[in-house]
Amino acid sequence: MIIYLVVLSHREQVPKIEDYGVIGDCRSAALVSRFGSIDWLCWPRFDSPSIFAAILDRDKEKGGYWSISPTGECKFQRAYVPDSNVLETTFIRLDGRATLTDLMPVASEAFKHENLTPDHELVRQITCTDGEIEIEAVFHPRPNYGADAVKICSNGWGLRMEVGRGAYWLRSSIPLELADDASGARVTVRLKRGDAAQFSLTYSEESPTVLPALGKPTREAIDRSVIWWQQWAAGSKYQGPYREAVTRSALALKLLAYAPSGAVLAAATTSLPERVGDSLNWDYRYCWLRDASLTIRSLVGLGYMEEARSFLSWLLHATRLTQPELRILYTVFGQIAPHERQVKQLRGYLDSSPVRMGNGARHQLQLDVYGEVIEASAQYVEKRGRFDRVTQRVLIGLGKYIATNWDQPDEGIWEPRSGRENNTYSRLLCWTALDRLLALDQKGLLKGVPRESFMRERERIRAQIESRAWNEKIQSYVSALDGDGVDAALLRIPWYGLEEAGSDRMKKTYRKICEQLGAGDGLLYRYYRNPSEGAFGICGFWAVEHLALGGGTLDEAHGLFARLLKYANDLGLFAEEIDPERGTALGNFPQAFTHVGLISAALTLEEKDRGKAHPAVHTGADVRSEEGAKA
Amino acid sequence: MNWASWLLWGFAATVVLTTISAATQGLGLTRMNLPYMLGTIFTPDRDQAKLYGFAVHVVAGWVFSLVYVAIFEALGAAGWWRGVIVGVVHALFVLVVVMGLMPGLHPRMASEQHGPEAQTMLEPPGFMALHYGVQTPLAILISHVLFGAILGAFYQLK
Repeated sequence: MIIYLVVLSHREQVPKIEDYGVIGDCRSAALVSRFGSIDWLCWPRFDSPSIFAAILDRDKEKGGYWSISPTGECKFQRAYVPDSNVLETTFIRLDGRATLTDLMPVASEAFKHENLTPDHELVRQITCTDGEIEIEAVFHPRPNYGADAVKICSNGWGLRMEVGRGAYWLRSSIPLELADDASGARVTVRLKRGDAAQFSLTYSEESPTVLPALGKPTREAIDRSVIWWQQWAAGSKYQGPYREAVTRSALALKLLAYAPSGAVLAAATTSLPERVGDSLNWDYRYCWLRDASLTIRSLVGLGYMEEARSFLSWLLHATRLTQPELRILYTVFGQIAPHERQVKQLRGYLDSSPVRMGNGARHQLQLDVYGEVIEASAQYVEKRGRFDRVTQRVLIGLGKYIATNWDQPDEGIWEPRSGRENNTYSRLLCWTALDRLLALDQKGLLKGVPRESFMRERERIRAQIESRAWNEKIQSYVSALDGDGVDAALLRIPWYGLEEAGSDRMKKTYRKICEQLGAGDGLLYRYYRNPSEGAFGICGFWAVEHLALGGGTLDEAHGLFARLLKYANDLGLFAEEIDPERGTALGNFPQAFTHVGLISAALTLEEKDRGKAHPAVHTGADVRSEEGAKA
Repeated sequence: MNWASWLLWGFAATVVLTTISAATQGLGLTRMNLPYMLGTIFTPDRDQAKLYGFAVHVVAGWVFSLVYVAIFEALGAAGWWRGVIVGVVHALFVLVVVMGLMPGLHPRMASEQHGPEAQTMLEPPGFMALHYGVQTPLAILISHVLFGAILGAFYQLK
């Protein structure tokens, strides 16, 4: 267990992105700062308007927060209860010590059928474990990204406020005092060893609200949640090295999976910047199809077949309204993400404005997503079962779309807002789409595949990549056809099976990428940009896989993986990017893409340690790797 | 009550309703597929579910048309516009009440409170089935209005 120790005047501190931990219940998530403040919470869904958004403004009062911390200076330690998403923050003073437990209670469906449970609940329990300690709790909600004020009413049951269609209740074992304008509440209390205070915040859009009892029932809810998470974590079949990092990544990924539909979100937040003080701030509370194959790879590889099945079902059927065309991102219920708009009332994380809601990339063309969805389907069916006829039709429909449309410019995986190009990575995934469909057809898992057409187009794509995506002058594959720039996504060429990692071209491409995009200590930028943003988290893990697949040695791959793990925060969580100079987190947090990259790299290392072939050998028909040739 | 007329036009209206539902889905207006939702009550197999659901849907449509016919008999008059009014009420009832109850009634449908357990289930329809597409209420309204209009126009009072 990694424990972080720091002495700070925490009331003056603006937490950094890596200072946060995440808790959730697979329907929504909250960020808890190192100093005991909940600075981000959206209910009832991940992409609902916030109730606390202090992370998006230096002035905490504007966005809203809920803090529980000692009144004076102290040291902070924090860690998750092992193999769970229950966070414990310990406040240490000379005269006392207290532990704050934060969680969104979870339970089995069977338990919920037999017991009344709130629709949404966040529980905080602080327990004095040594000496005496004075604690202050401040409840300062600001709904709708800080735009709305609240009027809190107090009655015998607790504090109540109505926001939009729903009602919030804050109940506590010690009474909170309302502010004069009833917009918040606070309490200061001195706890002695063995004393505990409990707080339960609930939200419901259906009346009457379920109000959970405090005391023993709350302690039981905490225990039940810890057990639930630990049992879930124990379901992993992963036997390789770096187990702690892989388990934490799996738990983070699980938190970002929206249970009612099976969708997996890119991140729990919006507008945490890729460059501090700049405008590269996007809303990531949606589901990117770009992440599909690595997400399925992670879930299937770890043995979470039910999660994989739910996600695949969402991928193939929740996106039906736009098929055979696919958008690059959807809401958790498969609708096109809302229009992008700016939230004027918040200045952004460390003044990185604007704060954005919705996503303007929603209508971009990204041809790689077809390959992602088809590759994800192929990986799943390789392990489990068959496709029903509707799913077969969907997959073949996507293939036909690609066979007709692959040869056109698109925005590409990195979604620049500067226009379309003939992106090599998009071509690679179009090739993957057709290759996997042909492989599935060969295995008798698809009926009605137009073989001739798919084979012809697959070969045309390969020929185009081999001729126009290779630049003789710089001796590297390049990010756009006939171009001269590189991007880190080119490292995926061997993973999808187009060319082996140990080929002369791929080795040269890897060298060129390290030379042009290396950010030091194994970190990689995703592409060249001036001024640069942070190093892109997943790209380092792609390099690990490239080395492990034959682009280098297994020792090199292990060494790089171990170096990259140092850039997680003390809880083992990654954001989208890493500031290479400071080692700090940048971008939305926690980021599923980075965590699935970590898991996939660990799985590849485990597979190669055990001498197993890489996934494309199993799922694809046209793999040129050494293992593929043997297969 | 004109049983022969009910049997004939109840069946015809149900066929039209089913056809329009399938068409609105095929045209990308909505992801709502009532036969599939009904069929998955009995089996998780997507192909079989559609078959079973189609049969249940036809029978249910026929039975529901009995309510329309009973209303026409009670009013002492039918007519297409009376059918349209009953169809609008029927559509609103399905959207607001039935869809809200579905997660509780359907053994293979998740509720919006489902989680964190992962089980492959049908996603919940949400208020007015909007989770299945923002045009779902429109699709439901059109199909039920036509259902009512056919019954109202062609049912012969006894």
